[in-house]
Amino acid sequence: MNFNDYDPQGFYDELFKIKGEPRPGTKILIDRLMSFPKGEILRRQKAAEAALFNMGVTFTVYSDESGIEKIFPFDILPRIIEPGDWELIEKGLKQRIYALNLFIDDIYHDQKIIKDKIIPKDILYSSKCIQPHCQGLNPPKGIWCHITGSDLVRDADGRFYVLEDNLRCPSGVSYVLENRQVLKRTFPLVFGESAVRPVDDYPNRLSRMLEFLAPDTVESPTVALLTPGIHNSAYFEHSFLAQQTGIELVEGNDLVVQDGFVYMRTTKGFQKVDVIYRRIDDDFLDPLAFNPDSLLGVPGIMEVYKAGRLALANAPGTGVADDKVVYAYVPKIIKYYLDEDPILPNVPTYVCWDDKEREYVLNNLEKLVVKPANESGGYGMLMGTQSTPKQRAQFAEKIKENPRNYIAQPTLSLSRVPVIVDDDHYEGRHVDLRPYALYGEDIYIMPGGLTRVALKKGSLVVNSSQGGGSKDTWVLSNLPKK
Amino acid sequence: MLSRAANSIYWMARYIERAENIARFIDVNLHLMLDSPVESKGQWEPLVIVSGDRERFEEKYGQASRDNVINFLTFDRDNPNSIISSVINARENARTVREVISSQMWEQINKFYLMLLDAEKSGVAIDTPYDFYNKIKLESHLFIGITDTTMSHGEAWHFDRLGRLLERADKTSRILDVKYYMLLPRVEDVGTPIDNIGWAALLNSASAFEMYRKKYRKITPTDVALFLVLDLKFPRSIRYCLVKAQVSLHEITGTVMGTFTNKAERRLGRLRSDLDYANIDEIISVGLHEFLDGFQNKLNGVGDAIFDTFFSLRPTEKNKKDIEVSQ
Repeated sequence: MNFNDYDPQGFYDELFKIKGEPRPGTKILIDRLMSFPKGEILRRQKAAEAALFNMGVTFTVYSDESGIEKIFPFDILPRIIEPGDWELIEKGLKQRIYALNLFIDDIYHDQKIIKDKIIPKDILYSSKCIQPHCQGLNPPKGIWCHITGSDLVRDADGRFYVLEDNLRCPSGVSYVLENRQVLKRTFPLVFGESAVRPVDDYPNRLSRMLEFLAPDTVESPTVALLTPGIHNSAYFEHSFLAQQTGIELVEGNDLVVQDGFVYMRTTKGFQKVDVIYRRIDDDFLDPLAFNPDSLLGVPGIMEVYKAGRLALANAPGTGVADDKVVYAYVPKIIKYYLDEDPILPNVPTYVCWDDKEREYVLNNLEKLVVKPANESGGYGMLMGTQSTPKQRAQFAEKIKENPRNYIAQPTLSLSRVPVIVDDDHYEGRHVDLRPYALYGEDIYIMPGGLTRVALKKGSLVVNSSQGGGSKDTWVLSNLPKK
Repeated sequence: MLSRAANSIYWMARYIERAENIARFIDVNLHLMLDSPVESKGQWEPLVIVSGDRERFEEKYGQASRDNVINFLTFDRDNPNSIISSVINARENARTVREVISSQMWEQINKFYLMLLDAEKSGVAIDTPYDFYNKIKLESHLFIGITDTTMSHGEAWHFDRLGRLLERADKTSRILDVKYYMLLPRVEDVGTPIDNIGWAALLNSASAFEMYRKKYRKITPTDVALFLVLDLKFPRSIRYCLVKAQVSLHEITGTVMGTFTNKAERRLGRLRSDLDYANIDEIISVGLHEFLDGFQNKLNGVGDAIFDTFFSLRPTEKNKKDIEVSQ
């Protein structure tokens, strides 16, 4: 198994400039791989998989009845990001998150951006994720979106684009940390030579950020991570983060509201909780404020939050900013609040709510990717280039029925990386990138991220629920000297 | 610590200990089969009786045979007390407290589970049972060792030890009880070498044979019972388990030994002092089986009291009703 025959086939390849010529930051790795004896790479791939399996790094697939636990497919070849690219990503994400935070705050207060006619009122009020309960709310330290994981993609032109923002409960960071652990064992020597920036500081930063949110009167705050429980597909991540940060992992039933505070039930009675990193959606957080049928949440918790006796990360109501229709307006949002041009561009987006743009979408379905405004996990999409006329006709009906719920984007030519295929050769597969940001005293972008890879040949869908896998992501602090 | 987490740790430890002891049950019988005269071979029913799941077994399998008892006790997922069910339950409990236990502990439980899945497919339990059940014991020992050396000996660790020792006390009493149901070929065989072989096998299955030998020369039913019920130094004897369980319980609450502030302390303390002042002749004269039966009942009472004291959700007055519904 070697790279002599590996051909980027005209796609932007993250590791190879052209056939036979690795990118500058990748050369050390490729040279090392080429020097391995026959069978060695495969042996290391299997060892890495066994390690993940033994560690129980698994996720749950909803639609699969046979076995609910699977390891997230993992390919040992890392995706490498050179320092110049990363600098741009870091700056661009910070800018974007500052602007989105200002936007959310504005929406729940004066709504200047609507009064100034930058965003149509109708779009905002029809968003499923706007929370009337948050009107006038002042979250601790003025921060709404503490933890973000925006999805980036690189197009054929080599530029990074923001594909979507995740401002509610972005998941996946545990895989970044675990993948790194495994890869350090897999390629210890290459690691030493390649100046890879560490990701291990994330849990530290996370717990510092959460403590920063606690009410100022509390000296050593109790921080807890609220999980929907063991049957949630991201449960592994919840317990992993609690383990790595030392914060308590709680379920709704462990918490109780009494006398204006939130307490957890311990073997020695009630203990006050000051900060909650909640990994359950707004709708389930508090049956008294949101969905009354929720069994996952804590009755009365919103009142405690509003009274400033509890901090929640992320704040309720942030979903309004990752609505995919609002996404189309983010460049304008950045311009409006920061008076800056966006550093990271959006993917061009057609909003079906707009009559003209809908017309274009309906006439060009076979070229476009159509997405529902509020779904995640890659569900409910139409991939125009791979669809049948019948599917397109059905989708057109859906769009006409509920235009507000759909957006469309041109089909991008996502960049590729080599993966091991059939245990005997390398082939290019499409990837995206989800970096993680923490907004506390300042914004921290973890130097790394989750590289998701569409393992099916030709597929552009990287979601784990749709046959995607992951890779370790190396951000280099400098390029090797020639 | 969170009540829910304490509960999960306690059960995680209990289930691992349960899996190990079921392997020990099966081991007694395998040893007996090798050593017994031909006409008494194949007594597998006592195992099912002692495990307490006779009805469930008969409904599904009917007559007890080597293969179906081994399957019932090892791989049957419909049997909540089979080895595989116990390990699955231990793993599920561990999964909910991965942030409390060390990652090495989790990894060991996970490997234990994966080993069983492999064994289920490969049929080693029937082909090479001695190796297989020995392996199960070792997996459990490894887990206990890892727990001891990688987890702070704080509240969570004491809940772990409490669970493990109460389970072990229960299972040692049941291993001892196997002999009660073992039929001897003839009445006059009582006290003969054949009978003694049975008692030796029983000691072996509790890993107690060598330690017993250091203390007693001859194998007599009374001394075996004395050793497994009342010995203060042997780590699988019932009394030893209760003494250490009580230490953990009092470490958790901070209550002075010899006093109590809750139902769990009171019941465990009383049961332990029963044993402290018991006399083996008295136990034998009442009947060992009857004694063990009574002991198991009282031990269940201790378990219930621990649940009420530490794990049950203690609601506020206001929302008491909702929580009872959601439990």
